[in-house]
Amino acid sequence: MIKIEVDMTKCQHYGQCVFEAPDIFRLNSDDKLEYTAEADDSERANIEAAIDVCPMQAIRIVE
Amino acid sequence: MTHPVVIVGASMGGLRTAESLRRFGYTGPITVIGQEIHAPYNRPPLSKEVLAKEVTHEAVAFEQRPATADVNWVLGTKAVSLDSEHNTVTDSEGQVHQYSALVIATGLRPRRVNFPNGELANRFALRTLDDAIALRSQLSEGKNVVIIGGGFIGCEVAATATKLGCNVTVIHNAAHPMLRPLGTELASQMQLRHEAMGVRFLLKREAKDLVGESHVTGVVLDDGTVIDCDVLIEAVGSLPNVEWLSNNNIDRNDGVLVDSAMRVMKKDGTAFKNIFAIGDVARFANPIFDLVPRKVEHWNIPTETAKRAGSVIASMLNGAEDYPAILDEDFKPVPSFWSDQYDIHLLAFGLLSLADKVTLVAGDVAGDCFFEYHRGDQLVGVCGIGMRSVVQSYRAKFV
Repeated sequence: MIKIEVDMTKCQHYGQCVFEAPDIFRLNSDDKLEYTAEADDSERANIEAAIDVCPMQAIRIVE
Repeated sequence: MTHPVVIVGASMGGLRTAESLRRFGYTGPITVIGQEIHAPYNRPPLSKEVLAKEVTHEAVAFEQRPATADVNWVLGTKAVSLDSEHNTVTDSEGQVHQYSALVIATGLRPRRVNFPNGELANRFALRTLDDAIALRSQLSEGKNVVIIGGGFIGCEVAATATKLGCNVTVIHNAAHPMLRPLGTELASQMQLRHEAMGVRFLLKREAKDLVGESHVTGVVLDDGTVIDCDVLIEAVGSLPNVEWLSNNNIDRNDGVLVDSAMRVMKKDGTAFKNIFAIGDVARFANPIFDLVPRKVEHWNIPTETAKRAGSVIASMLNGAEDYPAILDEDFKPVPSFWSDQYDIHLLAFGLLSLADKVTLVAGDVAGDCFFEYHRGDQLVGVCGIGMRSVVQSYRAKFV
């Protein structure tokens, strides 16, 4: 399992991550980011791509 | 001995290329040569929240992955020449780097304004971390800050300096700030919002000279007006760092021309087999829009072009059987950018500056809203203030 952490003090809800890992990240009806904090290892490449495209560099894999 | 893949430019694009090489299975040596002494860091916050607080490398550095832990970083060193016949790059220390494949990721530098009385202190541009550190120390309450250029960088710095209590004047040569990318309606709305925060715009004006003996104390406009200035910031666009590539028959007119595999083009229209360019310095055609090669200075482009170059180089050096098919793959990244000014969040997809028609689709220009950008019948972009979910849903229209 992969554990994901988004620093919500940095996140500006641009949602660029949503395109790279749509099963993990989404914008809710208020345009705020929501995410699933645990993911299967098969999602690693998508999550790393999401980390790369985050303008605020707010996403981390913690383990 | 295996020669390394040499990446010239240690910014985001250089880092992402190294990561991409590893992701696509290249296990050989990688050398990254970078002019700045800093390891790769994220530039956009430099004009925004980082400039508003204390500027440190730690606040903006990219986290590096285990896969690139063995990359040889040659920092604080500039590439000065390329010998494409012998596959070598010479750096400013006189070191010669032999490469198996070369990636040009030298980016852009700020264009500076030529003034007759130009040899004065307190002139700034904003591109690098060191630029931001130098500028930050000057932006204190009550200072008269003059910004030449009302594009995105100029306006972001205007917003940040205003929040810090400076008196900000923006000199811009068009009728509204950010006019060319945003179009009249949205650009004039952004102007109103800046003015409500206290920014003064001098529009359709140009700065002709500076006043001062050792430091800038004033800026002379083309109509002869002199405005007080303690801190001068020049935000008038950028120039590609391509001088070091001279004498190699490279098409480097307005950036380095590349094909859809990021291979650098010779002046005769054929591609170098093992020289690539990525990021802001690369000029490429994007079939989403048309076949005209352009430099695209949007934040996601270094990452997209780096991924493409990394996959091509890895399969070339690994002797992959499907290399010709990989070379032929489409490359159609959707440009995306955003801008933060005060509490206004702009988000855009596409190439807005191609548009000849801009239409308000929903919302109120004084509040949250979004616009479609068309060139003839073709949708070329979308930009919104707020309304992110809707703006985002447009991205699929370009893919």
